[in-house]
Amino acid sequence: MVSKTVETPRVTTIAVAIQDWPGHRAGQHVDVRLTAPDGYQTERSYSIGSAPEDAYVSLTVERLDDGEVSPYLVDELRPGDEIELRGPVGGYFAWDNELGGPLFLVAGGSGLVPFRSMLRHHRASGSRVPVRLLCSARSLELLIYREELIKLAADDLVDVSVTLTREAPDDWRGYRGRIDPALLAGCRHGCFGA
Amino acid sequence: MAVSRGFVGRRPTDSARVPPGQYVTRDFPVLSAGPTPYTPLDTWDFTVRGLVNRPVSWSWQAFRALPHENITVDIHCVTKWTKLDTTWSGVSLDTLLDAAPTQASHALAFCDGGYTTNVPLADLRGGKAWVVDEYDGQPLDPEHGGPARLLVPHLYFWKSAKWIRGLELRQADQPGFWEMFGYHNYGDPWKEQRYQGD
Ligand SMILES: Cc1cc2nc3c(=O)[nH]c(=O)nc-3n(C[C@H](O)[C@H](O)[C@H](O)COP(=O)(O)OP(=O)(O)OC[C@H]3O[C@@H](n4cnc5c(N)ncnc54)[C@H](O)[C@@H]3O)c2cc1C
Repeated sequence: MVSKTVETPRVTTIAVAIQDWPGHRAGQHVDVRLTAPDGYQTERSYSIGSAPEDAYVSLTVERLDDGEVSPYLVDELRPGDEIELRGPVGGYFAWDNELGGPLFLVAGGSGLVPFRSMLRHHRASGSRVPVRLLCSARSLELLIYREELIKLAADDLVDVSVTLTREAPDDWRGYRGRIDPALLAGCRHGCFGA
Repeated sequence: MAVSRGFVGRRPTDSARVPPGQYVTRDFPVLSAGPTPYTPLDTWDFTVRGLVNRPVSWSWQAFRALPHENITVDIHCVTKWTKLDTTWSGVSLDTLLDAAPTQASHALAFCDGGYTTNVPLADLRGGKAWVVDEYDGQPLDPEHGGPARLLVPHLYFWKSAKWIRGLELRQADQPGFWEMFGYHNYGDPWKEQRYQGD
C-alpha cells in the first residue's frame, strides 16, 4: 500500500502499487484477502476506483463499525504494508471507451467507487459520449470524491447531479431527498449545488 | 501466505455451517443484473422443454396446485454473505422433472428479464432443489424473484435464478449469464468456486 486519503470521516481511499498488474476495466472489483497470524483468512470485495490509465490501483472503503475487514483497511493498514488482492474480477458491470454510450450512472455511498473509475477512464481515453451521474449522499460533507466530481463536471460531456438526503446547505441548488421515480423524472440538468 | 500486519479477524461462529470466505448476515441483500420484471400471474407459466418428448407447462394455478414442501436451508451468495435458516415453500424439482422424462444431463434455467443459469440435472434431483413461490410464509416478493424462483441452496445463490419461467434440458452444458461473465461454471460454496479457474 502506498498512500491513504481520507474522503469523509468514515471513508478512506487506499492506493496500492501492484507488480505485474494485468490491468482492469473500469467497473471491475478486486477481492482483498487478510490473513491473521494463526492462518485464519477472510476476504471481501472492493470496487476499483482508479482508472485503467492510473499509476496505482485505488480502493475506497467505507468503515462499518462492527465490520471485520473495513475497519482494518480504514484504521489499521498503513503505507508500506503488504496487502493481498485478487482480480480484477467481474466483467458485466464494466465500461470502456469502445462500448460507447451515453452513460447514465446512479449511485449512493460507496456505490460511487466504480463510477469514478469510469469517469476517469472517460476523460483519460478522450471518450466523446455524454455521461450523466446522479449520486446520493446524506450531506455534502459525506459525499466522497467531492472535489474531483466538481472538476470532472466541468467537462461539457459530463453532467453530475447530487441529491442530499439528510442535510443540505441553505443555498443548496441540487436535489434533496432519496432517489425515487419522481426525482429521476425531474433529473434534467447537472446541478452541483450552491 | 503473507500475514496481514495487525489483522486479528473474527472467527466464524459456526464453521460447520458457514462456508469459507462467507460472513453471516441477518438482512436479505438484493442483487440483480437488471430491472425487476413484473409478470402478471395469468400469463405466467413454468415450462420444461429441450430434450424431452413434449414440452410440459404449468399455469400459475396448476403450479400452485402441485404438492408444496416447506424448506429450511442456509443460502450462500458469491458476494460473501450467508443467510442461515431461510424458510421457503415450493415444488420439488423431482416433481417437475418426473413429468418430463429425459436423457439430458444438464439444465439451463430461463427467466423473465432474460437471465439464465446452468445446473447439472443431477444437482436438481434427489430433493436438493425446488421452484419456490413463498418466502418466510409470504408470497415471494418480486425483489427476491417472485412470483417464483429456483432454489438450489447447495450452490452459490446466483444459481437460484429469480423470476424463473422454466428449464431447458440439454445434452451439452451451456454456460448461463454470470457463468459467461467470469463466474464459476458450477459454484460450490464449500470449495469456494467463485470465479472461473477456482
Ligand atoms: C462487488 C462488490 C464491490 C464492493 N465494493 C465496495 C467498495 O468499493 N467500497 C466499500 O466500502 N465496500 C464495498 N463492498 C462491500 C465490502 O465487500 C464489504 O461487504 C464491506 O466492506 C463490509 O465488510 P466488513 O468486513 O467490514 O463487515 P462484515 O464483518 O462483513 O459485516 C459487518 C456488518 O455489516 C453488515 N454488512 C456487511 N456487508 C455489508 C454491505 N455490503 N452492506 C451493508 N451491510 C453490510 C453485516 O451484515 C454485518 O452486520 C463491495 C461488495 C461487493 C460484493
